[in-house]
Amino acid sequence: MSAAIRIQQVSKCFGSTQALDAIDLEVRPGEFFGLLGPNGAGKTTLISALAGLVRADFGKLSVMGHDVQADYREARRHLGVVPQELVFDPFFTVRESLKIQSGYFGIRDNDSWIDEILENLGLTSKANANMRMLSGGMKRRVLVAQALVHRPPVIVLDEPTAGVDVELRQTLWHFIRRLNEAGHTIVLTTHYLEEAENLCTRIAMLKAGRVVALDTTANLLRRFSVHTLRLRTRQAIPPELTHGAAENGGWWSLPFDRFDEVEPLLAKIRAAGCVIDDLEIGKPDLEEVFVRVMQGQAN
Amino acid sequence: MGHGFSTLLYKEVLRFWKVGSQTVAAPVLTALLYLLIFSHVLEGHVKVHGVIYTAFLIPGLVMMSVLQNAFANSSSSLIQSKVTGNIVFVLLPPISYLEFFAAYVLASVVRGFVVGAGVLLATFWFAPLTFAEPWWILIFALMGGAILGSLGVIAGIWADKFDQLAAFQNFLIMPLTFLSGVFYSINSLPPFWQEVSHWNPVFYMIDGFRHGFFGVSDASPWLSLSVVGSCLAVLTLFTLNLLKRGYKLRA
Ligand SMILES: Nc1ncnc2c1ncn2[C@@H]1O[C@H](COP(=O)(O)OP(=O)(O)OP(=O)(O)O)[C@@H](O)[C@H]1O
Ligand SMILES: [Mg+2]
Repeated sequence: MSAAIRIQQVSKCFGSTQALDAIDLEVRPGEFFGLLGPNGAGKTTLISALAGLVRADFGKLSVMGHDVQADYREARRHLGVVPQELVFDPFFTVRESLKIQSGYFGIRDNDSWIDEILENLGLTSKANANMRMLSGGMKRRVLVAQALVHRPPVIVLDEPTAGVDVELRQTLWHFIRRLNEAGHTIVLTTHYLEEAENLCTRIAMLKAGRVVALDTTANLLRRFSVHTLRLRTRQAIPPELTHGAAENGGWWSLPFDRFDEVEPLLAKIRAAGCVIDDLEIGKPDLEEVFVRVMQGQAN
Repeated sequence: MGHGFSTLLYKEVLRFWKVGSQTVAAPVLTALLYLLIFSHVLEGHVKVHGVIYTAFLIPGLVMMSVLQNAFANSSSSLIQSKVTGNIVFVLLPPISYLEFFAAYVLASVVRGFVVGAGVLLATFWFAPLTFAEPWWILIFALMGGAILGSLGVIAGIWADKFDQLAAFQNFLIMPLTFLSGVFYSINSLPPFWQEVSHWNPVFYMIDGFRHGFFGVSDASPWLSLSVVGSCLAVLTLFTLNLLKRGYKLRA
């Protein structure tokens, strides 16, 4: 058993929509893994198949070595899922919801862990509030808490920060990072690519039910994205130095691969008689990688 | 049955208890109104099996309340969870389909018993009641509640919208319970309708239940037991099969 999550040749159709198309994916124990893709790419469907909410048409899925169909009890015990939809049970308070959720996993006395989760998610003061009375962001926190009651070794968060304020994002990521450092495997989907870039060590990109990129975050950034030197000059830069880069509002964007290219380039520009008024260095970012990957697979 | 089952049962009971004015008090009041109206109209005119009409009516109303509320409990809980999406909270944990079934059906039986006891308490002042063979009372209440709780699970899973559930209730459950001898003995019906009533399983639930009070009934309690028992067995198997396949719950 070497994989926290193993997905082999998983396909799923909804009517004529091919939501998942022969997905192969492995997440190693202790990884912080990002699952990215545009709306409708199949992220939630893949997570649902892993959680047993959706049955794959073909293929196999397992969590910590437990098949999600044949050994569903063990698989589910090892998995905590924060659903994308903001759902809650209006009949109960926050604490009641968490105690009930613990009971579903066969755990009787869970109060000290529940208190710890509440504390870490900034929910302590809301513990006895009815779910109906909470704001959207507070409900989202409870949803995270519910996924953690049974201390699952594998935690899957489906867009946990959609519509959530800065404070919760920071508290949430702080807590999730600590869980990750304590050995929990984390899988995250998000449309905030900066978030994924900062948190995830490895990323899979999905499009129309297929994995179109899979690599470490660092490699993806290196492979698909370059540094840019952005300059504002008083005079036009001679075309032989810009390699066809266009000017935009007085700014020139010049791509480069290695930092030792920068000095000589600047020297050449000065030598050509251009006075530099302003200068920025743009780092590669995941958004650009994402856009390129999605376009590259357009046909 | 593990702790997951008992938690789900507890949650389902807590759910209806928290809104007890709708789920317990209201149906008790409805049954009381039926009793006041029907006994006012018919008392003194009708005796059934040698029992005065109001006394005859009370067990019928109790059982009708047990059945209707058992159905309402599982069906409304499931459709609400589906529509609001919080059904995932019970689908994500390691709860087996057997535990799922048992918890929902048993919670329905509990709701049926609570309402039935309430109706009995509210109405038994109005007529001299006897408890001739109390075991039959318990057995038929339990089995009838389980059958309707099971039907409620089926309806709650099948319906996508509240109006589909209402249709199930209005066109199946209500006619079956009303045309089952709650308000009359089927021996007083014309032969054709007597024959039709014998095809209604709810008739046997009510008849057997009533036998426990008076020791007399339209059909033998053993016949009723076998009809009701067979219905329960078939419905249980059918519902378990739906749940095992994940019908409409796990796409
Ligand atoms: N229950 C369902 N019935 C029919 N079609 C579905 C169902 N669930 C998902 N789909 C379809 O499957 C495809 C994948 O949907 P999915 O929700 O997995 O996408 P996603 O990557 O999570 O998107 P988003 O970023 O918007 O959450 C979509 O085309 C969607 O319309
Ligand atoms: Mg999604």
